Amino acid sequence: MNLLAAETEVLAPLASGWFLENAWLIPVIPAIAFALIILIGKRLPMKGSELGVASMLASLVLSAGAAYQWIQRVNSATEEQFVEPVIRSWSWWRSGGFDFGIGQHIDGLSVVVLFVVAFISTLVQIYSLEYLRGDRRYTHFFAALTLFSGGMLAMVLADNMILFLLGWEVMGLCSFMLIGHWWEEDANSRAALKAFFTVRTGDVGLLVGISMLYFAANDWTQENLGLSGFSIRGISAWALSGEPNSTVIMVAAIALFIASIGKSGQFPLHTWLPDAMAGPTPVSSLLHSSTMVVAGVFLVARLYPVFFVGLDILGSGGNLIMFIGAITIVISAALAFVQNDIKRVLAYSTVSQLGYMMLGLGAGAWLPAVFHIFTHAFFKACLFLGAGSISHSASHHSFDMKRDMGGLRKVMPITFTTWIISTLALCGVFPFSGFFSKDEIIDNVGNNGYNTFMIVGLVGAFMTAAYMTRATYLTFFGEPRGASAGHSSHESHDDHASHDDHSSHGPHESGLLITAPLMILSVLALGSGLLNATPFGESWERMKLWVEPRAVEVVDSTYSGGPGESLIVNVPSAGEGSSKSVCGTSTPEIGVCYAPKLEHAKFKWSKAMLSMAIVFLGMVVSWILSMLLFTKRDARLVGLTQRVKILGVGHRFLVNKYYLDDLYEKVIVRSVAYPISSAAYWFNQNVLDGILHSISNLTRKFSGWVYKNIDQRVVDGTVNNSATFTKSVGTAAQPTQSGKVSQYGALLFSAAAVAALVLVIINT
Amino acid sequence: MIAQNIGFWIIAVLMVVSALRVVTTNNVVHAALWLVVVLAGAAGQYILLAAEFVAITQVLVYIGAVMVLFLFGTMLTRARIGAESDLNNSYKKLGIPVALVMLVAMGLALTRSFGDEKLPESAKVVSTQEVSDQIFGPYLLPFWALSFVLLAAVVGAIVLARKD
Amino acid sequence: MFVNQFLFLAAVLFCIGVYGVIARKNAVLMLMSIELILNSVNINLLTFAMRNGSTDGHVFALYIIAVAAAEVGVGLGLVLLVYRNKKTISVDELSEMRG
Repeated sequence: MNLLAAETEVLAPLASGWFLENAWLIPVIPAIAFALIILIGKRLPMKGSELGVASMLASLVLSAGAAYQWIQRVNSATEEQFVEPVIRSWSWWRSGGFDFGIGQHIDGLSVVVLFVVAFISTLVQIYSLEYLRGDRRYTHFFAALTLFSGGMLAMVLADNMILFLLGWEVMGLCSFMLIGHWWEEDANSRAALKAFFTVRTGDVGLLVGISMLYFAANDWTQENLGLSGFSIRGISAWALSGEPNSTVIMVAAIALFIASIGKSGQFPLHTWLPDAMAGPTPVSSLLHSSTMVVAGVFLVARLYPVFFVGLDILGSGGNLIMFIGAITIVISAALAFVQNDIKRVLAYSTVSQLGYMMLGLGAGAWLPAVFHIFTHAFFKACLFLGAGSISHSASHHSFDMKRDMGGLRKVMPITFTTWIISTLALCGVFPFSGFFSKDEIIDNVGNNGYNTFMIVGLVGAFMTAAYMTRATYLTFFGEPRGASAGHSSHESHDDHASHDDHSSHGPHESGLLITAPLMILSVLALGSGLLNATPFGESWERMKLWVEPRAVEVVDSTYSGGPGESLIVNVPSAGEGSSKSVCGTSTPEIGVCYAPKLEHAKFKWSKAMLSMAIVFLGMVVSWILSMLLFTKRDARLVGLTQRVKILGVGHRFLVNKYYLDDLYEKVIVRSVAYPISSAAYWFNQNVLDGILHSISNLTRKFSGWVYKNIDQRVVDGTVNNSATFTKSVGTAAQPTQSGKVSQYGALLFSAAAVAALVLVIINT
Repeated sequence: MIAQNIGFWIIAVLMVVSALRVVTTNNVVHAALWLVVVLAGAAGQYILLAAEFVAITQVLVYIGAVMVLFLFGTMLTRARIGAESDLNNSYKKLGIPVALVMLVAMGLALTRSFGDEKLPESAKVVSTQEVSDQIFGPYLLPFWALSFVLLAAVVGAIVLARKD
Repeated sequence: MFVNQFLFLAAVLFCIGVYGVIARKNAVLMLMSIELILNSVNINLLTFAMRNGSTDGHVFALYIIAVAAAEVGVGLGLVLLVYRNKKTISVDELSEMRG
C-alpha cells in the first residue's frame, strides 16, 4: 500500500468531474424522450417535437460538460502520462458463464464524437421543426430521430462491444425507418430496404468479429486486467500485448472492417448511401452524412489497436483499409460528376470523404482521420441542410439541379453564403476547416511512406473541388430554371402536398428556424479547423493534445469504486524509461499499452501550396467547363458524350454506377435465389420422378424381356403376375407425390415408427 | 402412495378416453371440449409429478388461452356447431397401423429401459422459486430466445390474419 | 409409482395424437392433435425431472407450453388465412405441393 501511495505521488491524480462520471446519462436522455414521444407525443402542443429538441439540448449540455472536464483532465496530467479514460461498468445480464456488461468509456475520441453527434442532432431537430411542419408522421419522425441520437450516443460511449453492437443496430433500424419515412412512394421504401439489407450484410462481419475477439481475448483480459473479452479497453490492450495469434486477429479485423464498409458506405457496399437520400433532407443531413455513416470509421478508430496489429498498419505496401479507402475516394468522386440530384452529389461526396477517413486510419494517420470526422460533420451537415433549404423554399421540393435550380444566389443570400463557406471547407481551401483535416490526412499518408496513396488523395481533392464547383454553379449561378424560375408546373410535388402551402409564391429565403442552423454550422465549418491548426505550430494542435491517446505503457491497478462498478486508476509505469514507448512496435514488458505509437508529419507550406494549387485548378477547370456547358451551351461540349464514343461509354458506366447495383440485384441475388429453387424443382422433377419412372420402366422392360425369353419355357401365370406386380409398384409409388399434407405426415410418421422399431429391435 | 396411484389411474384412463374422443368425434366443438379434459388431466398428472408451477401454467395457458383460441378459430372458420360427416380424410386407415407401430416401438423401448423402476418416494415438490432460479440463471438465453419467438408469433399471427 | 406408468401414458397420448394428425382433415382438429403430442412430451419431461431429481425438465416443460401457445396463434392465423382464400379449411384441398 505504501509503495502504491509513494508512486502515485510522482504524478498528479487526474482530474475528474460530475459530467465525466455521469456521461452515461447522455444517451439515456434521448432514449427516454423517444419512449415519451411515442407514448404521449401526439397529445402535446408541438406534437412531441419539443421533447426531442429538449432531450437533444440536454444531451448537448452534458456532452459539452464532459468535453470541458475531459480537457481539464488532460491538462491535469503530465506530458507523458497516459490519460486514463473514465470507465464505469455494470453487469447487464449474464447467462451460462457469459457476463455482458453495460457501461461508459469516456476518452478523447468518444468526447469528440459525442459532442459532434449531440450538436448536429440538436441543430437538425430545430431545422426539422420547420422543414417537416405539417408532415403526416411528424411525431414519428421526431421519435425516430431522437432514438437514432440515443443509439449513436450509446455506441460512442460504449465500454464494451455488446453495447456497441446495440447502438450500432439501433442506428441501422432508425436509418431504415427514416429513409422510408415517406414510404407511400415505392422508391422510398425500396431505398430503405436496400440500405437496411446492405448494411446488414456488413453487420454479419461485426457479429463475427466481436465473437472472435471475445473468444480470443477473454482469457488474457480476465487474467491481466480483470475485464471481460467484450470490453473495448481489454481488447485494445490485448491486441497490443503481443499475445494474439496473428491469423486470428487478422481475420477478426477483416470481419470488423466489413461491418465498417457496410456502415460507412465504402466500396463495394457504398451503393445504399446515395439511394438513402430518398429520406427527408434533415435525415440525410444527420444520419447519412455527418453522424451515422461515420460509425464505421468510428469502429476502426475505436478498436484501432486491433486493426493496427491485425492488418499491419504502417507496414510497407499498404493494407486493406487503405486500398478500400483509396478506391472509394476516386470512384465515388467520379460518380458525383454525373448526378443531377443535388443530394446525390453530396451523398457521393460523403462517400468520398469517408474514404479519406478510412485512408487516413489505414495509413496510421489516426488523429487527422478523427479530426476529419469532426470537421466533416459540420460542413457536410451544412451543405445538406442548405440543399434542403433550397428545395424547401425555392424549388418546390425538387432536388434536380438541372431542371429546377440555377441563379439562386440573389434570392437566397444566407443559404448561398453558408453553402459557399461549406463548399470551400469541403474542398479544403486554406483557412476553412476542411483544409486542416483533409490536408493533414494526405500529408500524413505521404509522410508514412505511401506515396501512391498520397497521389490518390490529391487526385481526390482535385475531383472534389471540380464536382462541388459544378454543383454550386448549377445551383446558384446561371439562369433560373424550372421551379426556381417561378414555374409551378411540377405535378410530382403534390406527393408531399401537406407542407406545400408556400408553393404559391416564387423562390425566397427560408425562415429563421432553417437559416439559424445553417449559419451556426457555417461558422463552425469556417472555424473548427483552428482546433488543430498544424500550420501555426505545436501550441495550436489542441486536438492532438486532447484526443489522441498517448502511447505509453501503463501499469494498472484496479480497485472497486463501489457496488457493481470499478474505477481504474492510473499508476505510473515503473522506472525512468517509461517515456520511451514501445507500444505498437514490440511487446510491452512491464505494463499494457492501449494505443500504438504513431508519427505525425511535420507541416510544410510547400506541400500545402501544392494541394491548394490542385484544388484551385479543379475549381477553375470545372467552372469554365460548367459555364461553357450549362450557360453558353458551347457547341463543342454539348452532346459530347453522344458524339465521342469512348466518352459516351464512360458516361454511361458512371450513370449506371459502375453497374454495381445490377451486379448485386441481378447477378448475385438471382444467382443465389434462382438456382436453389430451380435445383429443388429439378430434383423433384428429374430425380424423384425419374426414379419412380425408371423403376416402373425398368421393371416393365424386365418383364417384357422375361415374357419373350422365359415365358415360353416357364409357367405363363408366374411371369404375368410378376410383370403386373412390378408395374403396379411403379404406378402405385407415383401417387405418393400427391401434395396432400396428411399423406406426407402419414409417410413421415410411419417411416419414423418403422425406423424406431428397427432400432429398438437391433438394440436388444 | 396408494392414493396417488389410484389418482393416477383414474386420470390416465380419463385422459386416454378423452384423447380418443378428440381424434374421433364428429363435432369440432366437442373435440375442443374433450381436449380440455385431456389438458386438465395432464395438469393433474403434473401435480402428481411434483410440478406445481407447470401444472398451474398448464391450466392458465392451455385451458385459459389456447382453448379460447381454438374455439375462436372454429367460430371464425364457420365450422358447423354440430356434427359433421367429413372431418376425417381418406388416410384414416393408414393412421391406425402407423400409430400402433409407433406404440409398439415405444412400448418395447420403455419396458426394456425402465422395467420396474420406481419413482423416488420422497420426491419433494419443486417450488416456483427453484424453477425461476433455473429460468433466470442458466436458462436465460433460451428464455430470451423464447421471448422473441413469442413476439414473432404475435406479429406473424397479426400479419397473417388481418384483412388487407 | 413406476416410472413406466407415466411414460406409457405419454406414449399412448403421443400415438393418439399422431393418429389424429394423419386422420383428421379439418385443420383446427389437426392442430388439436398436435397439442396432444406436445402434452405427452411434457409428461415425459416432468417424469424424468422427478426421476433425476432435477428442475431442468420443469423449465423445458414451461418453454414447451410457451412455444405451443405461439404455435397455436400462428397456426390459427394460417388457418384463418387459408379459410379466407379458399373458403375451406380441409387440408385435403390444399394440394399445391403436388410434385
